[in-house]
Parts: sequence; C-alpha cells; structure tokens
Amino acid sequence: MSPRAAVRLLGLLLALAVAGCGGEADSSVDTGATQTHVAARPAYGDTYIEALRGNISGLIPNVLSDGPSFEVGSMIYSGLVGYDKDSNLKGELAESWEASRDCLDFTFKLRRNVKWHDGHPFTAADVVFTYETMVNPKTPTAYAGDFKPVESVVAVDPYTVHVRYKHPHGRALQSWSIWMLPKHLLEPYVLEGKLREAPQNRANPVGTGMYRFSEWRTGERVVLTANPDYFEGRPYISRVVYRIIPSSATTFLELKAGGVDGARLTALQFKRQTEYPAFRKAYTKYPYAANIYVYLGLNLKDPRFADRRVRQAFAHAINKREIIEGVRLGLAREATGPYKPGTWPYNPNVRTYPHDTEKARELLAAAGWKEKNADGILVRNGQPLKFDLLTSQGSDEGRKVAEIIQASFKDLGVQVEIRVIEWAALLKEYIKKRNFEAIMLAWGVTPDPDQYDIWHSSKTSPDELNRIGYANPEVDDLLEKGRRSCVEAERKKHYDRLQEVLAEDQPIIFLYFREELPVVSSRVRGIVPAPIGIQYNFNEWFVPKPLHRYTAG
Amino acid sequence: MICLATLAILAPWIAPWDPNRPDIKKILDQPSKAHPLGTDQLGRDVLSRMLYGARVSLAVGFVSVGIATLIGIALGAAAGYHGGTIDALVMRLVDLMLVFPRFFLLLAVLAFLRPSIWTIMVVIGLTGWMSVARLVRAEFLTLREREFVLWSQSIGASAFRIIWRHILPNAMAPVLVAMTLGIPAAILTESGLSFLGLGVQPPRASWGNILNEGKDAIEIGWWLSAYPGVAILVTVLSYNLLGEGIRDALDPRLRQSVGRIVSRSR
Amino acid sequence: MLGYALRRLVLALPLLIGITFVSFLVIHLAPGEPTELQGGEVTSTQSDRELRERLREIYGLDKPLHVQYWSWLTRLARLDFGRSFSPDARPVLQKIGERLPVTLLLNIVELAIIVVLAIPIGVFSATRQYSKFDKVTTVFVFVGFATPDFWLALMLMILFGVQLGWLPISQLRSPMWEYMSFWQQHWDFLTHLVLPVVVATFGGLAGFSRYMRQSMLEVIRQDYIQSARAKGLAEGVVIGKHALRNALLPIVTVLGLSLPGLIGGSVIVESIFAIPGMGQLMVQAVFERDYPVIMGNLVIVAALTLVANLIADLTYSLIDPRIRVAARRGRR
Repeated sequence: MSPRAAVRLLGLLLALAVAGCGGEADSSVDTGATQTHVAARPAYGDTYIEALRGNISGLIPNVLSDGPSFEVGSMIYSGLVGYDKDSNLKGELAESWEASRDCLDFTFKLRRNVKWHDGHPFTAADVVFTYETMVNPKTPTAYAGDFKPVESVVAVDPYTVHVRYKHPHGRALQSWSIWMLPKHLLEPYVLEGKLREAPQNRANPVGTGMYRFSEWRTGERVVLTANPDYFEGRPYISRVVYRIIPSSATTFLELKAGGVDGARLTALQFKRQTEYPAFRKAYTKYPYAANIYVYLGLNLKDPRFADRRVRQAFAHAINKREIIEGVRLGLAREATGPYKPGTWPYNPNVRTYPHDTEKARELLAAAGWKEKNADGILVRNGQPLKFDLLTSQGSDEGRKVAEIIQASFKDLGVQVEIRVIEWAALLKEYIKKRNFEAIMLAWGVTPDPDQYDIWHSSKTSPDELNRIGYANPEVDDLLEKGRRSCVEAERKKHYDRLQEVLAEDQPIIFLYFREELPVVSSRVRGIVPAPIGIQYNFNEWFVPKPLHRYTAG
Repeated sequence: MICLATLAILAPWIAPWDPNRPDIKKILDQPSKAHPLGTDQLGRDVLSRMLYGARVSLAVGFVSVGIATLIGIALGAAAGYHGGTIDALVMRLVDLMLVFPRFFLLLAVLAFLRPSIWTIMVVIGLTGWMSVARLVRAEFLTLREREFVLWSQSIGASAFRIIWRHILPNAMAPVLVAMTLGIPAAILTESGLSFLGLGVQPPRASWGNILNEGKDAIEIGWWLSAYPGVAILVTVLSYNLLGEGIRDALDPRLRQSVGRIVSRSR
Repeated sequence: MLGYALRRLVLALPLLIGITFVSFLVIHLAPGEPTELQGGEVTSTQSDRELRERLREIYGLDKPLHVQYWSWLTRLARLDFGRSFSPDARPVLQKIGERLPVTLLLNIVELAIIVVLAIPIGVFSATRQYSKFDKVTTVFVFVGFATPDFWLALMLMILFGVQLGWLPISQLRSPMWEYMSFWQQHWDFLTHLVLPVVVATFGGLAGFSRYMRQSMLEVIRQDYIQSARAKGLAEGVVIGKHALRNALLPIVTVLGLSLPGLIGGSVIVESIFAIPGMGQLMVQAVFERDYPVIMGNLVIVAALTLVANLIADLTYSLIDPRIRVAARRGRR
C-alpha cells in the first residue's frame, strides 16, 4: 500500500473511531439508578468538585476584577447585605437596616456572634475599616465609585453602623454587598497601600463566609472547607474543590468521567451532547438567564449612525431569533432594553423591532440610502454604506453573532467587514479612543437599575463608559432622577420611561440575554433554581448519606 | 499535492455552497449527499469552506516560507561567504530573532494594520528565516574553500557573481529541503494562531480555523476536525516526501545507484 | 578555538542587554496597558480612572520607555526580577518558579523519550532505506507531526479517560490527592503524566527521527564505512560502532539547541490538560500585558539561547574541521 493510501486509510479509521465515540456509550458516568429513590435527608459531609474556567488572581476580591476570583471570594467573604433568590436585597451580616425618608441616612444593625474564620469577633469596626479601605486612594480597587457619595460611616456601637450620604444615591444599598474585610489583620497593609501584597491575598484569607480557605495551588485548584460557625448555619457539604480547567472541551469530559460534580456547559454541550439517559440520570441541568446582554454598538459620532432611522433600520434587519438559534442554540432571551426580563425594573411595553427587511430598506431609503452601486451596496452621495465591525478575540460568541449580522446586512446592501482584535488592544486603541464604527460587546446588568455611567451624556470621556457617545437630555434627566431616589415605585416610573426612550432611539441594538447553563451532579440535593441562579443557597446544598462519594475529608 | 493546488485554485468555481453564509437550520449536520463533508456550527458547508480554506492555507505556506527563505539565503550567504564581522553580526541577529517575541509583533501588527492574510504571511516569514540562514551559512562555509571558488576569485570575479552563479546552486539542496519542511510548519503555525484567535479574519475559512472552531464540537461534529486534519496531514506528508526526494536526488553522497550523476559544477 | 569561545562569552553580556532592549521596545509596541485591563471584566459597568492612574504610577508606566527599561535593567542587575503587574502583585521569580518545574519535567521526559525512540527509528530507517519499515515509520512520524495536538489530546482523553476509565483526564493530581498514601500519591501523579507526555512526544518524534535518519544516511555513504566493511568487520559492528558514533554528533548539536526550548510550554497542550505550566503563564502575561513577567521569561530564554548557540557552534565546528578552518581563515 502506498504511503498516500495508507494515510487515507488511517484518516478514515480515525474518523470512524471518533464517530463511534458518541456520547451514548459512556460507561463511567454514574448512572446512580438508585439516586432518585433515596430519601432526601440532609446530611453533613462529602466533597463537591466544581470546574472553574479560569485561574483566580487572588483571595481578596475587593482588589481584583475577574469572575473566578469573585466566585471563590463570595464563598469566603460576606457583605452587609446580599441577594435572595429573586434578586431582592436581604440581610447578610446586617440583620436589618433602616433608611431615612430622604435616602441620606442608613442605619445597619449587625448580627451578633459572628466570628471571623480565625475566631475574632466581627464588629462595626470592621465595617468602618472596609469602607475606609475602599475609599483610600492607595487601595487599588475598581469599586470605589459607589462609596464616593458617602459622607461618613460611623460605628455607633459594636453592632450598629450609621452611614450618611452627601446626596441620595440609588446604588447605595447595593454597594453594601461589598465583601467585608478583617480590620485586625489587614489594617497595616491598607495603610501602606499594599493590600495586594498582603499575605491574605495569596493564602489564608480570613472572612466571615460560609466556607473557609484551605488551599490554593495556582492554576490548579482552590480548596475550601465548611465554616462550622457560619451565621446562617454550618454548610452541609464539608469540602469544596475548585478545579481550574480552562478548556470547555476538557471540562465536559471530566464531567462525563465523574471527575467534576458541577460545571457550566456551552450551548452546544447543553443542547446536543447531554440529552442521553445516562447523563440525565447522573446530572441535573439548571439553566437560568444570566445578567449579561450582548449588543451591537454603533459609534454615534459617525454621521451615518447619528441618524436614528439608520439604527432602527439595522434593528429591523437583524433577525434576533436567528442569532439566538444560531449562536446560542435557542438558549437565550431577546433583549429589548438594558434590563433583564423578570426583574423589577423591566418594562415589557416598549417598541420592538421584528425582523423585517422591507421596513429596514424603507428606513434606510428615508435616510438617504436609496441607490445601490455595482456591487449591490447602498450608496449615498457616492459613499457606500460599509463599515468595520470589531469584535474581541476572546469571544467566540461575539464572532459568530458578527458573522450572522454580516450575512443579514449583505442582503440589505450594507457591507460589513469583521475585524477580530485582541482585547487589550481593542480596549486601548479602539474603544477608549472611540476609534470604531461598530462593535460587538456585552454589558453586565447589576441588580440595581442605575445605569447612569453608561447612558449619561457626561460620561463620554475616553475612560468612561458611554462609549458610543449617546446624548439625550430626556435620558439624562431620567437617569438623574432615578439615581436620587430610594423609593422603588418612584424609581420604577423613571426607569420605565427610560426603557421606552431607549427602545425608540436604539443607541445600541440590544440583542439577547444569554442563559447560564450549569449542571450539577444529581446526588446533590437542596438546590432551588431561581432567577438569580442556583448558588445563592450553597450552604443548604447537601448529599444524602448513602450517596456520599468522597468520604475522606 | 498538485491535486490539492488545483482544487484550491478552482475553488470559486467548484464549491457547491457559499462558504460564508450561515444557515441556522443546518447547524452541525452530518455529512450527507447535499453536504458531503457536513456543515459547521453556523450551518455553512464544510466542503466549500475546505476548498476556500485550501487557498488560504496553501498560500500562507508558500508565501511565508518564500519570504523566510529569501531572507535566510541573503543573510546566510553574506555570513558564510564573507565571514568575520559580517558573520558575527548575522549570527547575533539570529540569536536576537530566536528570542524575539514573535507573538507581540503579531499582536501589534494585527492591532494596527488591517489584518489580512498578507500581514500574517509576512510576520510568519519575517520571524522564521533563522534555520534557513544557518543552513546556508554552513554550506557556504564549506563550499567557499572549494577549488572552483578559489579559481573564480583568482580571476577577479565579483563576490556577488561568485555567490550567485557558483556557490548558491550547490548550496540549494538543504535549502530546498528546509523549504519543503517549512511549508507544513507554516500551515501549522497559522493553525496555532487560529487557536489563539489571531489567524485569518472571519468569516474567511482556513484549515486552521475550521479545525479550531471544531474543537468545541469534537464529539458531535467530528467532521470539523477530521477533514482539515487529514488535509493538513496529506499536505505535510507530500511536502516532506518531496523535500526528502529532492535531497536524495541532488546530493551525490546519497546516491544509491552509481549510474545517476547530476552534474554540479559548471 | 579558545579565543573564539572567550570572545563570544565577553560579547554575551552586551548582546543580552541589546536583545532585551529591543524586545522591551517591541513588547511595548503592542497597544494596550496592564492598567486598562484591571478595571473590571469586559461587561463590567464599573470603571475607575483613579484606579488606573494609581496603577500607572505604581508600575512606572507614566515614565518614558528608556527610563522604564533602565530601572528594569538596574533591578535585574541585583537579580530582582520585580513584581508582576497582575492583581496578585507577586514577585516574578515566584510566579515563574511555581510553573517552571512542571514544564521542565514534562519537557525533559518528552525529550528523553523522543531521543530514545528516534535514534533507533532513524538508524533502522537509514540502514533499510525504502524498505517497508522505512515507509511505515515515515508515515507514522508525519502523522504525529501533522496531527493537531488538541485533537489528539481530546481523542485520547475520550478513549482512555471516559470510555475505558484507565487514565485521568486532566491536571496533575486527583482531587482527593491529599488523602492518599505516599505510594498512591506518586502513582497518581505518574498516571496523570501519561497522556500529556504521549501527546507531546507523538508530535515531536518526527523532527528528531528524520534528522537521525538523514545523518545516518550521510555517514553510511562515507568511504571509511565502506572500508570497514571491506576489512571484513561484521555489519553490526560497522553500524553500531563506527557509523552510529559519527551520526550521533549532529544530534548532540541539535539537542543543545533545544535547550532554551525546555523552559517553554505548549499553551495548547497545557490548556487542554489544565496543567499550570510556563506556556499558559506566558500567554496570559501577554494578554494582560504583564511586562515584568514577560521580560523575566525573556531574559532567561535569551541567556539560555546565547549559551546554547555558543555550545552548538563550538561542537559543530569541532565535528566538521572544514568549518573550523574556514572560520579561522575568514577572520583574516
């Protein structure tokens, strides 16, 4: 047999082997036929292994900015307030709180008998210390913004904290979900401005959260053990191991082999690779809408895009359903504005833009784009309607959306060139310098609806977040009013109107809110799916005794 | 190999589907009559993408290696022939380039210039000439002492002429081999760049980025990895065998049968 | 010879400085700064200009490039590699030191296996040129060369990890490692190494074995081999003793040249196998513009490269006396 034929044969064999390795034949997936029949009596013990997509950068989340660090940090630390399953604020370290009518004064009553992981008692002094850390100019934190309007923070007694604001600030209460830091350990570092260099950022962090730190091997794993003194009750699962696995393909294989108990799946894995019986017995899926929406941003300083009709035409030209089906395989919800459906600020009664190429053509024609040139591209005054669509290199999703948009626009007569640029360069050279025509990005939505920083016309300098250069006086006014009140009903009125205006204006083309797709081993009970996700009540998760998998430790 | 090149050139005429048009109804379809190689994650026909991708991958291979070889020959010849300080300078340049953060150059180039297949080819070429230079230099160092060179020098021929007409043709054997080995390496480099998201821009297809996009669907979309992989394999094999064949034919030291003599000095 | 070596060594230091300087400039050529990226994730609606200013000051990024380079260089002279620009602000040497052992281990094991396999393959292919063995191994090594690493890795993981359950899939230790006995721990570690080493070796076999084959082929045709045969020596002795020794010399050179590569990791293999090695560290450092880490690694690689090249050149000219003579003559 000639080498060439041998190669072909080999290739064929390999391909066949792979085809044969479909998901169904996995014998090592724990079928646990008895799992559903076991009584769900809470029991202490067992280890839960979660796959983490990236390495954490430290153990003091206040001075960090990446998702994995926050995920782990939230197990170790607590804030004064937190969120319940419906994304409403509830007390964590604060048992209760009172706000004055003018929204300027807040009084927090702290829980008593809360101890730091090293045994030291948690008191109001720690709260004051955390505040001072956040606003200290030497502390390298990105989250000082919400504490700037604070006038004073005083420890009235060891269990009462009084916060006074200079002016009403909508995000005030939300900002007190910031992780509380131990004064008795970190004060010297903060005073010197060396919080990042503190040993607690590398090992042995001390918090008040449900789990205590056990080990961090960089790039490999983080191990946490249950905090028996946790103020909401000792967590049932005694040990949590985060395995740092950057590749989603590998994570999936580990899931199938039982090497991890919980992970986030990709859309493809969720939809097409996990529908077979053995998997469904061994794992349970808990999809929920994430707090992130993807959008197409247009530089409003560009005269072509300053015309609202053009933006509305784009909105009509884009087939959001196609994008959701194509990129997320249906696992996303259309976004009509910057708020997530199901949350209190969301307003469903806004103008929508169903896919309508004819309408899009009309709108473009009204804006002057009537004729087409020899290549089929619309022209106006001799200028063809073509632009660059930038997307970040790290985002597969963004790229795919861009490719679908490119194809849709082609039918319309608009030529789109896609440019994939590495994130650091994209941020510095294009986003900050406002040197873009169109860009694929996403925004995270915080529980508090204040989005002043994104939409207000004063926030357009290079370092600020109004990247598209949006300026609408009515919107500015609504943002200011919304921010200065702390009465939900009042704020809702402003934000409802805000959504109406934004829908009409289409400063960005809102695309979709993606869904998070976590799966957890079926032996874990106590999970209550909610709009906010599943991990909010991790301390209540347990594994019934007969199903314990890891009995050592 | 010739087969592949022809297919690549003919791609726009023979590709059955538009390689860049997504069709969400057909995401990750198995190979079928309509789509002999299946469809990818956006519903595009893989066969068409492979054909167009062939053009990209083969072009990257040829051009970047071409650039690298030209640079390598130029520098290696200069170093090998003149020796002394020029030699030292060139070799230190080689050292620098070996350490050089090619990745950064690529990032910078891709960020500032409009990234096209040309910028990638030039960058790969500009940073990959070192082994050719070394080889050429080594050959020159030995050949320089040969009689025909000394003879040319004694009759006053210019350095350039000597290099061009006499030494270079004899030094070409390892260079050709290096070229044929370099082409698959360049293709694989482009593939690696696609893995990091820095390859050819979407929606353009290259074997490298089809492979890369396929890695997330390895179990249910095996055709996305298999076919580009086989294509790359065949290309690599053919070029390497070609290279070795050339070497075997040209180098008299490796002659197996005594009859075949290729005249070398003219 | 000695003069040549000494001269190279003396030149090494200024050369190193030159290389690092040029690299420093190129690295800063790529747009983007580490401070930009620490204001929150891409979707974050928090941004802090003051944070960025603070960080720029701490990192010294507000100073002109040559000043920055100079302070880096002077610190380096005290063997202080500085602190990383990433949020954990740890010393660069510590970060490199955490990852280097794993990468070195993998690379050395891989190199050892490749050499052990490539030499016999090369020798037998050469002595039985164009035979079936030759053809089969040719195809085999090139399949290895052309197969994408991640594909092979995932295939092996599926086969041995998921379907058969014989080998662990990723990382270097099991989650319950600390609860294992001493022997279990070491066995666990070994089993974790198998797949990454196999994947790495499979790809790297091609280069060495072809080189060995080539070298062997050249040696076999030499006259002294013919005369050894004519003298009546057994074929085994001819090949084993005379040919092999000479054929191995270039291999040694090549091995020397691979020295700087030992501290580099393949980011693809590392991310698929979730192994925290130098490859991932460096790629991440690039994307984060973590200049101290990048420069730290660069300096080490540059130093190793210069040393390796020097050794390679010396041994090469030792092997081939024609070059030695020529080089000396060239310096007229």
